[in-house]
Amino acid sequence: MVGIKSYGGYIPRYRLNRMVIVQNMAWYLPVIMAVAQGEKSVANWDEDSLSMGVAAAYDCMSGSDRKALDAVYFASTTLPYADRQNASILATALNAPEAGVDDADFTGSIKAGTTAAIAAMEAIESGKKNNVLVVASDLRRTKMATMYEMFLGDGAAALLFGKDDVIAECKGYYSHSCDFVDHYKGYGKEFDYTWEERWVRDEGYGKIIPEAITAFLDKAGMQIGDFDKVIYPCYFKGTHVGIARKLGIDPSKVQDNMHEVCGDTGTAHPMVMFVAALEEAKPGDKLLLASFGQGCDVLYFEVTDKIKDFKGPQGIKGSLARRVELDSYQKFCKWRDLIVADLGIRGEANPNTALTTLWRKRKMLLGLVGSRCKKCGTPHFPPSQVCVNPDCGAVEEMDEYEFAEKTGKILMYTGDMLAASVDPPAIYGMIDFEGGGRTMLDFTDCKLDQIKVGMEVKLSFRRKYKDEMRGFTGYFWKAIPQVEE
Amino acid sequence: MATGIRDKVAIIGMGCTKFGERWDVGAEELMVEAFQEAIQDAGIDKNEIQAAWLGTCFDEVNVGKSALPASMTLRLPNISVTRVENFCASGTEAFRGAVYAVASGAYDIAMAIGVEKLKDIGYGGLPEFSSAMGTLNGLWFPNVTAPGCFAMLASGYAAKYGIDMQELKRAMAHVSAKSHANGALNPKAHLRKAVTEEKILNAPMIAYPLGLFDCCGVSDGSACAIVTTPEIAKSLGKKDFVTVKALQLSLSNGTEMAYEWDGAHFVTAAKASSEAYKEAGIKNPREELSLMEVHDCFSITELVTMEDLHISERGKAPKDIMDGFYDLDGKLPCQVDGGLKCFGHPIGASGLRMLYEIYLQLHGRADKRQLKDPKLGLTHNLGGFPMMNVCSVAIIGKYDA
Repeated sequence: MVGIKSYGGYIPRYRLNRMVIVQNMAWYLPVIMAVAQGEKSVANWDEDSLSMGVAAAYDCMSGSDRKALDAVYFASTTLPYADRQNASILATALNAPEAGVDDADFTGSIKAGTTAAIAAMEAIESGKKNNVLVVASDLRRTKMATMYEMFLGDGAAALLFGKDDVIAECKGYYSHSCDFVDHYKGYGKEFDYTWEERWVRDEGYGKIIPEAITAFLDKAGMQIGDFDKVIYPCYFKGTHVGIARKLGIDPSKVQDNMHEVCGDTGTAHPMVMFVAALEEAKPGDKLLLASFGQGCDVLYFEVTDKIKDFKGPQGIKGSLARRVELDSYQKFCKWRDLIVADLGIRGEANPNTALTTLWRKRKMLLGLVGSRCKKCGTPHFPPSQVCVNPDCGAVEEMDEYEFAEKTGKILMYTGDMLAASVDPPAIYGMIDFEGGGRTMLDFTDCKLDQIKVGMEVKLSFRRKYKDEMRGFTGYFWKAIPQVEE
Repeated sequence: MATGIRDKVAIIGMGCTKFGERWDVGAEELMVEAFQEAIQDAGIDKNEIQAAWLGTCFDEVNVGKSALPASMTLRLPNISVTRVENFCASGTEAFRGAVYAVASGAYDIAMAIGVEKLKDIGYGGLPEFSSAMGTLNGLWFPNVTAPGCFAMLASGYAAKYGIDMQELKRAMAHVSAKSHANGALNPKAHLRKAVTEEKILNAPMIAYPLGLFDCCGVSDGSACAIVTTPEIAKSLGKKDFVTVKALQLSLSNGTEMAYEWDGAHFVTAAKASSEAYKEAGIKNPREELSLMEVHDCFSITELVTMEDLHISERGKAPKDIMDGFYDLDGKLPCQVDGGLKCFGHPIGASGLRMLYEIYLQLHGRADKRQLKDPKLGLTHNLGGFPMMNVCSVAIIGKYDA
């Protein structure tokens, strides 16, 4: 039985009410008003598709053994690296095994998430792998005052595929591939190039998804009415409804396209919507998932009894609930690097990244792996050879120790207006980890006036710096103060 | 059995430039200015100096590496010159090198010179540190600045002692106002205006809770000391000369940063000052010290340091400060020359600049700031951050004190 063992989701904390975009940009393109319902999710300035993918992956793996992974597949059209396996950065952030594991990036189309899911299930069906984590994420920069800016949101989702104890069994899948170019992004280009909306709606989403689903049903000998939920992306609300009408789906059985709550999250979106559906599913439910992008993948899952015992992670529902309104369109534009603000000469310092150092310290830097003294039990971050406990001082007596899922408490903090920052003040402080160990970290996803000494923090994998000159993106972990929303 | 440095080395000459935004000069000119004053004060010939130490920190944007800039600029007679760098203790480290060299008997006369040209970087504050922290630290260390790191200490201190931040800020404002008042009396200080506590409290925020006036200035400057043995000092005809009573250094070992610490004091300063009092034979520093020049890079640093130097009791520094205990007319005046607050902090020079003020006071040469009959003075430097730092403490006094 091949299927899903666990799911996870991540929608970034900040939401931009579409009316804020309208208020700022309708003078330029009045038609954006037509789709200004609800809000879109906006990744913080220090997030990207990889960091959101790590968040979804940790969410998905919160009850599972990361050491048992045979492969990590990462799907995105906004990968930070063109040549450096992004999935391996993600796997290192998870402190997943390296030996015997093959990580892979899936990209080139916003249906790459379901393509990766099918590849994962084929690997498991063939008996060559047991546990494959599939993560899909996208953070698509859009030009100001475009329909795309209105439609798109940021987010990620993750599915753990395996053989045993699945919460949803895969009963079949079908793929249709064709070179339908509703949008594309050429090499070296900053933004997508999009074709006329009417054509994308009518000849793209409106035909390709129904035709693929119909072909799957014919092949499987099933009716659309057999399904309890049909899940497919389409950011045009009318077309989303139109597809259901065309296929004869009861409107109550169509999964919402999430336009009002986060917008279309690109490669992640079929999985984001699917996780949202799983969060509401009962044993025996039949779910039909379709994606879109140079064709369409169709996947059929049947929810098992195991879902009753499944301890749901934060997921999509949880991260949607954890929201803060971003009330400034200028801030949104700055976070997405659409406008230029002076970082000052202090911000010019730009040492390169020693790849040798990064390799030696990859577990520490990407996985937040420290050490714990075998003699006295003291946890250390950064990992240390000599125990810091003055009453111990043991040398070379350390085990690996993971901090990523620990909570912590703030010992001291500041909000620094002098530090060069995209979003001043730069907030940072010292953290005492639950279970021992302390270190100093940047804080993120918070406001200075919400923070107090003693407040709990959780940890988040974030982009630490972007070396524009050399095209290098550095990642590390930050602390998120757990303020009341 | 080590006997310490007490009275083994005499200071026979000192010099100090005017500190400030010295747009017209570089590190070289500053060194000449400080050196000329020191050598004239000592009354010796340059060729009598047998070894020298140069303290400077941000060499990349300043004099460059090695001790050659000092040797070549001052045309020293091909003697040994060593560059030392230990964050904000760099100036005191240069002094320590020269003092130990004489105390060891290796040399008769040695010199320490510290210099920093900070105002060639094009922006406010200290030079950006991210290019100077090694290949690993930059990959994970937070995006910190000096005010940010010391600002954290205020949050830790307020939390530990349950003090309202506004109340703590009031004591911090008094720290700065007192130093500004002193600096106004000092022609060599960079900032020479008295500032009211109200103005300090209402200043723009630099790093919460530190406002503009909670931060010391950023200046160019140099200071110099010439040292020898008491015997040679006497043979040179020096009377009532000043000797070194204690020189201590303490460095963090990572305990504060990674294990245990209250976030409200300096582990190193508490240790270095205890050792220094022992070395100098001081039993009760609150009573015995005549004045102090401490590392007031930020008002909160000075406030907390009053406790680590064992002058104010734990949690009681704000009270002593508000009582005027550390004011110019207080029981134990602190930052009599105006401190880093008014001199700014040309890193390599600061430790020697502090010693210069004590030296002037002990010789009765401090003009409008002159204290009545001072005998012992303490200097203190704190380099790095509250959670990992280098701390130096020096005590100098009259030879017979």
